[in-house]
Amino acid sequence: MNIMTMAAFAAKGEQPEILFWVGCAGSFDDRYKSVTLAICKILDKVGMSFAVLGTEESCTGDPARRAGNDFLFQMQAMSNIEVLNGYGIKKIVTACPHCFNTIKNEYPILGGNYEVIHHSELLQELLNQGKINLQGGGEFKGKKITYHDSCYLGRANNIYDAPREVLEALDISLVEMKRSKSKGLCCGAGGGQMFKEPEKGNKDINVERTEEAIETGATTIATACPFCMTMMSDGVKNKEKEASIAVMDLAELVAKFM
Amino acid sequence: MVSSMIFFACLAVAAYFVFNNIVKIRRNINLGKAFETTGNQGERFKKMIFIAFGQQKMFDRPLVALLHLFVYLGFLIVNIEMLEIIIDGLFGTHRVLLKFLGNSYHFMVNIFEFFAITIIIACVIFYVRRNVLKIKRFWFSEMSTAPRTDANIILVAEILLMSAFLWMNAADLSLQAKGLGHYTQTGSFLISSHLVPFIDHLSAGSLIFIERGAWWFHILGVLAFANYLPYSKHLHIILAFPNTYFSNLLPAGQFKNMPEVTKEVKLMLNLPLTEAENAAAPAGRFGAKDVPDLTWKQLMEAYTCTECGRCSSVCPANITGKKLSPRKIMMDTRDRMEEIGANIDKNGSFQDDGKTLYSNYISQEELLACTTCNACVDACPVNIDPLSIIMDLRKFMIMEESKAPASWNNMFSNLENNMAPWKFAPTERFNWAKKEE
Repeated sequence: MNIMTMAAFAAKGEQPEILFWVGCAGSFDDRYKSVTLAICKILDKVGMSFAVLGTEESCTGDPARRAGNDFLFQMQAMSNIEVLNGYGIKKIVTACPHCFNTIKNEYPILGGNYEVIHHSELLQELLNQGKINLQGGGEFKGKKITYHDSCYLGRANNIYDAPREVLEALDISLVEMKRSKSKGLCCGAGGGQMFKEPEKGNKDINVERTEEAIETGATTIATACPFCMTMMSDGVKNKEKEASIAVMDLAELVAKFM
Repeated sequence: MVSSMIFFACLAVAAYFVFNNIVKIRRNINLGKAFETTGNQGERFKKMIFIAFGQQKMFDRPLVALLHLFVYLGFLIVNIEMLEIIIDGLFGTHRVLLKFLGNSYHFMVNIFEFFAITIIIACVIFYVRRNVLKIKRFWFSEMSTAPRTDANIILVAEILLMSAFLWMNAADLSLQAKGLGHYTQTGSFLISSHLVPFIDHLSAGSLIFIERGAWWFHILGVLAFANYLPYSKHLHIILAFPNTYFSNLLPAGQFKNMPEVTKEVKLMLNLPLTEAENAAAPAGRFGAKDVPDLTWKQLMEAYTCTECGRCSSVCPANITGKKLSPRKIMMDTRDRMEEIGANIDKNGSFQDDGKTLYSNYISQEELLACTTCNACVDACPVNIDPLSIIMDLRKFMIMEESKAPASWNNMFSNLENNMAPWKFAPTERFNWAKKEE
């Protein structure tokens, strides 16, 4: 599989159908790199022409803005917008709800106007168009899976159905946690918490959420966000359940059964 | 005649104080900065109808919502009765609407009585939930004696007012049966008819005393309650309407842009400024330190909050024992706003009292605990946005006070130097693709 950069497309005088915004976690986090690759594999298989920014990509600025540093956010945002506008980007798919929310909702006022979708929406679209054919659930067949809503996908942008429709297409039984969809409990990483120790309390949020996921009896916790993935994986480790419960991204599940 | 004059005097005094309170609340809300509405009028009107009038979000918890709906409908409907009381009180008539409504009068009073009894039942259940069952969210740490007492005063007042209404009707029925004076036949009433046997044996004088006493208690109680509202969390019965009308209609994840920052960043990056940016006054303070740095909408939200605590009961930080409680943010904002208001009342204009909302009321620890997950915003039955206040204070704390935890400062410098929140070289950003080959 040949993953092309925007620079390479531009050199050939071509435009890809979509820009895949990989994000920092997708670029640097060892666990999340496999989600990045799963998305590339899916795009490649369905024959959609896509590009990445490669080394020209930089953080959207989301963690700075949520942590209250709007200067840094806007610095990041404006230099990203210059790059994106420079390439004439029209459509972007992100592998991270935070990148998604920021580029979709917060870049327009700063001059960055693009059609932005999250990878769960892209997967749903490809499934609906019949471009992805899933071969049953394999080893997952008949096993329970639960979906953890990302705040920045769910409450922040009202995307609840796309990830669920993707999971339902996998022919596995989807079980909901006690708190789900608009009532879903945060994994604990948002608002810059990913990059600091939690404040003093009596429990870690990701442990509280993982306990809820374990209660469903699911053997897989599906996520659609790199931070949620880290938090839920840590929670599963904290509960010493890593042998029986897997934390996987939607894209990884789809790529596995294509 | 004398009683008409006393009644008029009571009404006038109550109206004077209510008016004064409205002026003060308006003044306090206007301490806030300008606020830009989102969406169009039609959309916002729809929000108001569904969420304030229709109580849509209350129904996330159906049983309580139903009880609350009865109290709310009862409040609206029984208040029609106030019209009759006021006319009767001013002109010395008795049950003046009977003449106009004829047979439907009986039907109308039955409706009132149905709601009066449901209000009593609902308020008793609410009282038990708060004080006997001690539902957790009514006992969080910000629920000190004052807010708990406030809630109980409201419940007890409603129970007493509705009871007075029923006893008044019961005494009236008893007097009608005795064929006394101006107590015109109305036909038996739904609820109060069952109270008649308890008082039927009393003398006509005692019955008139009960009837008049309950009548005065009811009207004076309502006037007193109207004057208690401004000091209480109960203001939500009015402010829920404007508050939902001015709801945020943008995606909840979209944070408000700070144009004053945009201008400075553009200057730093040598980007062209728009005309508006050129004309804009130099930036004042980044973020919010005190109440006047917030918008009037945020201040109105603080007055709208009825301290139900649904926000805090779904807050991931609060659930896991952190100090943050979104309800406390709203209560603190209101307390500080009222403190500033009292300061202005006393001194003519605000005199520095060495206090601010940031730090004196809301601590850094609370501000740092927020995950910006929007659960509090989603949970609020009247669309209050505690997150926006948390973020405005957090911005002040980070950008003006530079009080970020060390790990955030590391993240900031990684962002500045490596364009990623972690310490990886930007040149390695595309290395993931090699893993595949």
